[in-house]
Amino acid sequence: MKAPLIKIKNLRKAYGNFTVLHGIDLEISQGEVVCVVGPSGSGKSTLIRCINHLEPFEDDGEIIVDGIPVRPGRDLADVRAEVGMVFQSFNLFPHMTVLRNVMLAPIRVRKMNEADAEKRARDLLERVGISVQADKYPGQLSGGQQQRVAIARALAMEPKVLLFDEPTSALDPEMVGEVLDVMKKLAGTGVTMVVVTHEMGFARQVADRVLFMDGGNIIEAGTPTEIFDAPKEERTRNFLHAVLDH
Amino acid sequence: MDLFSTFFNIPVLVASLPQLLNGLLVTIGIGITSIIAGLIGGLFLAVLRLYAGPVTNALVRGYIDVFRSIPLLVLLIIVYYALPFVGIRLSPFFSAVTALTLVSAAYTAEIFRAGIEAIPKGQFEASAALGLSNRYTMTDVILPQAIRIVIPPLTNNCINVLKDTALASVVAMPDLLKQATQAQALSANPTPLIGAAVIYLILLLPMVRFVARLEKRFSRGRT
Ligand SMILES: Nc1ncnc2c1ncn2[C@@H]1O[C@H](COP(=O)(O)OP(=O)(O)OP(=O)(O)O)[C@@H](O)[C@H]1O
Ligand SMILES: [Mg+2]
Repeated sequence: MKAPLIKIKNLRKAYGNFTVLHGIDLEISQGEVVCVVGPSGSGKSTLIRCINHLEPFEDDGEIIVDGIPVRPGRDLADVRAEVGMVFQSFNLFPHMTVLRNVMLAPIRVRKMNEADAEKRARDLLERVGISVQADKYPGQLSGGQQQRVAIARALAMEPKVLLFDEPTSALDPEMVGEVLDVMKKLAGTGVTMVVVTHEMGFARQVADRVLFMDGGNIIEAGTPTEIFDAPKEERTRNFLHAVLDH
Repeated sequence: MDLFSTFFNIPVLVASLPQLLNGLLVTIGIGITSIIAGLIGGLFLAVLRLYAGPVTNALVRGYIDVFRSIPLLVLLIIVYYALPFVGIRLSPFFSAVTALTLVSAAYTAEIFRAGIEAIPKGQFEASAALGLSNRYTMTDVILPQAIRIVIPPLTNNCINVLKDTALASVVAMPDLLKQATQAQALSANPTPLIGAAVIYLILLLPMVRFVARLEKRFSRGRT
């Protein structure tokens, strides 16, 4: 079997006395699409934010991405170049055009020249259906369009892994679909995806594996069918009951 | 002698005008040098505080507090009259620039810090997630956004520095105020002082208006 692309061992994280992650062990292989679900405050965001070290974690734990240990220091830039992230609140750079948003990291991090970076950015914007708005500023776009730009921006680095932290939670309902469609297309391209989401339909349709988290632990993991149709754990059943019932 | 020919004596004013304008050049020279040096120093201190460890942070904090507390006149006199005792002898020009810069850098550092802190955390996180170095995060993402926020307080600081240049006259710097007092002594008439005051106003009033306009615009809910 191939070595996993992301290897997480005994990942622990606490704020003062309050433990948010209780020693997570997790392996994710190349090309896998993993959806993380669970109640608010269960540590989903914290888990994926540790993968690119936006959150520091306890020293005795370990995360390895594509053979590179995730820890402060010089390697971290290499990890972050391989790991793209899409945030709930988009976090586009408001003072740059959409095109510039997508070009920035390839130029600054990959040292790509302007012309190549622009070509790549235009191709990606085309792919997410925003090519017409390339010269607008983020503030002039709808939430759904902004989130698609954010996805293009992450893709511009040609990451091996894409992390999504509730990418549709800040959107008006009518815009959720367009973003999920882009993500579905992505899932077919072989990029490894870790998606924190409340969109159970999306998880069921797209995920190779679903993780259910509660209280800083992964309570249950399995295929969408296993988790959604035959959950083994009481807590998983309760959670699904609560979210699917309305 | 009537009031008008005492305070607004045209022949005296005309005679002293070249001297006053020379003084104005000196004032502007000290002011601009100090403003630029203070900007560079302040930005450096602000970014240092953002990324440095706790010890450096405390040192910078200490610097800022000390130089915001000390009266500028006291600092200037120390630089000009006390430092020679330890072998540091600065010209009047550099004494004034040093004192003004040390203080201006402290204020500017606080202004930049507030500007940088006003940028949402998500902008830092998005930059980090893309793999941008600290340097590019600052130059490409944070500072271009912070600059809009800091322009009104920075302009205010420029006004203060330009006003404070007048203190340089106490270390025998031939700035606008010094030239005016000399011309006044020479002509035995206070008109040059009035002239100097008017020149200060012509220089600074537009900047004061500018800040007022900017502050009004920024406070009218731009996001
Ligand atoms: N900076 C912080 N200081 C203290 N506690 C924090 C901090 N950030 C997060 N927490 C706590 O850590 C726990 C896990 O947070 P996390 O954001 O990972 O949850 P989540 O599963 O993503 O929840 P949600 O669905 O609401 O986004 C929560 O209880 C939260 O209150
Ligand atoms: Mg969250």
